[in-house]
Amino acid sequence: MSASHYFRCLYGIIVREGLRFVNQRGRFFSALVRPLVWLFIFAAGFRSVLGISIIPPYETYILYEEYITPGLVGMILLFNGMQSSLSMVYDREMGSMRVLLVSPLPRWYLLTCKLLAGVSVAILQAYVFLAIAWFWEIRPPLMGYIAVFPALLLAGLMLGALGLLLSSFIKQLENFAGVMNFVIFPMFFASSALYPLWKIRDASIPLFNVCSYNPFTHAVEVIRFALYGDFNLYATGFVVVALIIFLGAAIFGYDPARGLMVRKTGGPA
Amino acid sequence: MNESVVSENLSALEVSSLSFRFPGKLALDNVSLSVLTGTFSVLLGANGAGKTTLYSLVTRLYNTNQGDIKILGHDLYRHSSQALKQIGVVFQRPTLDLDLTVLQNLNYHASLHGLGGSEAGQRIQSALARHDLSDFSGKKINQLSGGQRRRVELARALLHQPKLLLLDEATVGLDIQSRKDFISHVRKLCSEEGVGVLWSTHLVDEVQNSDHLVVLDNGKVLKAGVVGDVLAELDVDNVGDAFSILTNKH
Repeated sequence: MSASHYFRCLYGIIVREGLRFVNQRGRFFSALVRPLVWLFIFAAGFRSVLGISIIPPYETYILYEEYITPGLVGMILLFNGMQSSLSMVYDREMGSMRVLLVSPLPRWYLLTCKLLAGVSVAILQAYVFLAIAWFWEIRPPLMGYIAVFPALLLAGLMLGALGLLLSSFIKQLENFAGVMNFVIFPMFFASSALYPLWKIRDASIPLFNVCSYNPFTHAVEVIRFALYGDFNLYATGFVVVALIIFLGAAIFGYDPARGLMVRKTGGPA
Repeated sequence: MNESVVSENLSALEVSSLSFRFPGKLALDNVSLSVLTGTFSVLLGANGAGKTTLYSLVTRLYNTNQGDIKILGHDLYRHSSQALKQIGVVFQRPTLDLDLTVLQNLNYHASLHGLGGSEAGQRIQSALARHDLSDFSGKKINQLSGGQRRRVELARALLHQPKLLLLDEATVGLDIQSRKDFISHVRKLCSEEGVGVLWSTHLVDEVQNSDHLVVLDNGKVLKAGVVGDVLAELDVDNVGDAFSILTNKH
């Protein structure tokens, strides 16, 4: 297979995901409305309750709205990653997943393309959210908008890979509600998206430990630091390791010879 | 693979001693069959005989280490890419993106097979014309009839010019006329373009005397051969009777 074949495949999968996204405008708006409600209503209400002290990467006291913005960007990526998982299960039920899996390129590459396509859409949503937040006086340095791109890509890939892995477990679309209750909400709330970790530590050490090992916490911190032109090596390393584990497990899950799909359906006689 | 070599009725698909088990059920038991390029082979079996399982193995959606599958001489498990490149598939259940147009669906498939630019454009236009779909290229799939959708699936399956075409109960859900049109269209492609066709069905009226027949029942191949020869051997004059005799014997 030539390099151009690989590139055309990636391009085709991204275009398809983009077209589906355009056809489902409701998905775009709901993806935006969710974090905006948190920003406009929740953050405004909690501004006076939750004071934020000076913690890196911030160099001064900040409003609560400013603190939760990276967490809400992470929320977009998290929901999109899970949406990709939903879309994979849907594709499998509708059969279009078969078309992808019987094409001649290696399965790991096809799944990575699918992942990148989902992340491209999520990054677009994240930038639209940041643009709207700018009008809400959430104004990181201009360079931060550029520096955050690789952070969004990395965090999006990690969360998308988790979605991909989950989709290899989920047999039917109806089972997806469980993902909402057992993955999205715990990951979001047990993280540094809404409150800094030191506040959580003050409240509960076990919860602090859970938050510290939650990959979403580190995805949010990578985004937070990048948005203010800073770099958090520990969080980045954590996200990279999580990405490798999730993607590796997802590829294993979709491998016809070894994966979870085979265990559910059957195997050699 | 040299084009001129392929045109000499080579083995497009060679399945040897293939077995596969679902939890609690042996779905395929030591199945062997072959499909030559330019021939129309019918895999005849009742529902649950193992036809779709066989297709899933031949397309590598499932995997097994019991038995061999070769496509145009390429081992499916050792040289997956080379083997899968040669296959076009129409699955039992529709696999088109309903929200995308015919053209967008075909473009997507072309990109998965590394076709791009003017080459993809030309092939798509020619496929649309050949399958009488030119007028529908801008229509979304969910606006098409069942027969038209099947033609789009067929056009898509042939876009990358495979040498082996697998159709798994491809006429399910079509009315009588659409079914007739569709099967005669596939037969024409088989004879004119030298594509090896494996057509699975449970409908005996889709079988013709010149076809190569493989009767599958409970995961086992009961009989294989040219239909005329099978009928003569069993001393019956139609495929329905032959099928009854074979499956009752079993």
